[in-house]
Amino acid sequence: MGRTLSEKVWDEHVVRSRAGEPDLLYIDLHLIHEVTSPQAFDGLRLAGRGVRRPDLTLATEDHNVPTIDWDKPIADPVSRTQVETLRRNAEEFGVRLHPLGDVEQGIVHIIGPQLGLSQPGMTIVCGDSHTSTHGAFGAIAFGIGTSEVEHVLATQTLMQAKPKTMAVTINGSLPAGVTAKDMVLTLIAHTGTGGGQGYIVEYRGQAIEELSMEGRMTVCNMSIEWGAKAGMIAPDQTTFDYIEGRPEAPKGADWDAAVAHWKTLVTDADAEFDEEIVLDASEMTPFVTWGTNPGQGVPLGSTVPRPEDFEDDQDRVAAEKALQYMALEAGTPMREVKVDTVFVGSCTNGRIEDLRLAAEIIQGYTVAADTRLLVVPGSVRVRLQAEAEGLDTIFKDAGAEWRGAGCSMCLGMNPDTLAPGERSASTSNRNFEGRQGKGGRTHLVSVPVAAATAVRGTLSSPADLAPVAVGSN
Amino acid sequence: MEKFSSHTGVGVPLRRSNVDTDQIIPAVYLKRVTRDGFEDGLFSAWRNDPGFVLNNEAYAQGSVLVAGPDFGTGSSREHAVWALQNYGFKAVISPRFADIFRGNSGKAGLLAAQVDEKVVQRLWDHLEENPGAVVTVDLESRTVRAGEGPDAIEDSFDIDDYTRWRLLEGLDDVGITLSHADDISSYEERRPSFKPATIHAS
Repeated sequence: MGRTLSEKVWDEHVVRSRAGEPDLLYIDLHLIHEVTSPQAFDGLRLAGRGVRRPDLTLATEDHNVPTIDWDKPIADPVSRTQVETLRRNAEEFGVRLHPLGDVEQGIVHIIGPQLGLSQPGMTIVCGDSHTSTHGAFGAIAFGIGTSEVEHVLATQTLMQAKPKTMAVTINGSLPAGVTAKDMVLTLIAHTGTGGGQGYIVEYRGQAIEELSMEGRMTVCNMSIEWGAKAGMIAPDQTTFDYIEGRPEAPKGADWDAAVAHWKTLVTDADAEFDEEIVLDASEMTPFVTWGTNPGQGVPLGSTVPRPEDFEDDQDRVAAEKALQYMALEAGTPMREVKVDTVFVGSCTNGRIEDLRLAAEIIQGYTVAADTRLLVVPGSVRVRLQAEAEGLDTIFKDAGAEWRGAGCSMCLGMNPDTLAPGERSASTSNRNFEGRQGKGGRTHLVSVPVAAATAVRGTLSSPADLAPVAVGSN
Repeated sequence: MEKFSSHTGVGVPLRRSNVDTDQIIPAVYLKRVTRDGFEDGLFSAWRNDPGFVLNNEAYAQGSVLVAGPDFGTGSSREHAVWALQNYGFKAVISPRFADIFRGNSGKAGLLAAQVDEKVVQRLWDHLEENPGAVVTVDLESRTVRAGEGPDAIEDSFDIDDYTRWRLLEGLDDVGITLSHADDISSYEERRPSFKPATIHAS
């Protein structure tokens, strides 16, 4: 019987396999950041161990860094200590680091692909659950905890029980104005937050093939939001074209050998998945969340759901609690929900394509009074590219704040947070209670919905915007 | 890691599903560079609510948390496990755990015991009717027990064999893996040359 894409990549990385034990898997790339690594390096020091393969390890600073005054010392002493600890550890253990101020600094899941380090057929791990992003290249990529970070540092391997396999087949084409983000939010509402638990998922079908690498990364990024171990997409010409010529891409004969191998990384026609979900992209519309987990979402054209409409007891109680936290009334049209802050950025939607799309929509408009728009490039390279294209001017002219690179408002750890009771439309990935700051209320949205919402001040799509007068800019 | 065979302690009924990692410990508490002291951030958004279960004297010393399905979803932060341990929890019982949380628990020595949803319902009812009642999680026999007499609760829980063995023996993963260093070296010799590196010989 044939094998699936994930089984092929898995098999290529098995160092040791015994019945009754998890497989010992080799790790091709280990990404590191300041928040989940200090205790791992401490563990190495305590045991007198080193980093086995510094040359397969890359560190950056993203979660806990400010996006303004990033050229000055970090003001918060506790945050500064954490960042300085990473710098000391990188120095001591010989790990390549792109610190704040470096041209390659940025969100760890933006810089791996950008450098050409994320490639098909690899195993990629990081102490961050959105490592699933790199699965867009046909890699097995997943988040790990700090004990596992220490394990990878010391051994370049991980013990992993082989997950089951699932296909998510998305047929048809996305309608105009509907994005990869809407696609994955629709999927999560369909499966719930636990639907992917225990599976490595392969996204496939016409709508997936038609996505850019940026869009594929958005979909794979949110695999963890429905509980999947990892999400991946078979590499194709779109993938190869994205990688070719990047700084760490294979060159010359290595490139040819790599592409020849990457072309074999597809699910065989006679392979069987343990589970399959089939969706139709042509029926999808702009999708937004109303609740406090990413599965609590509805089409933008819909209304806040009524808890009593949920059949499952747990779902009903969860909906009641979510509506209370979100201060929403059942039956309210989503388009009438007023938003205080719009955040465009994160490892989900902080790439150059996202910023281009946001700028294209917002050009000629002004951010609504009482609404704040924060645009945060995912990396320094993305920021410089956007500035070279004049996107920063478009945002600033519209009244938006243009920031430096980092995780920013995605996680309420650095200075960019929501105030208690403040409501956001956010292109990030989690709407958990307090995720963007204690008491903050988050609606997850796509980039076009974020941009249109910033203009109108209520959840909106670009179709809701009044046409810009001819001759205005 | 300390060996874990069986634990009996005050059960804490947390009647919630989808308790995500940001609820267990918000990101703002993740700035420490140590493995301890995270108890102050545990369930921080709820700790100000007088009605929150851990603010009830009877449950405050709890060590066995009984939660709804999809416990630990979200972030990979092992700080969520440390925060529970730092507070005093030895075990969490839930009908379903997020993968990364369950993995982190196994590595750090917190027992994540997966039980049928009905068992959680019965434990919740029992613990709410008898505040301060104890729950036993026996890893040796993979059973969870609470109460006495005809209404006693006893049921099995799921945990994978390998994690159970490691917890029972108190073994350190890195040490086990390093005993296979030869396998790792011979794998490295077979790796294709086109695989990328972050550091290049100059």
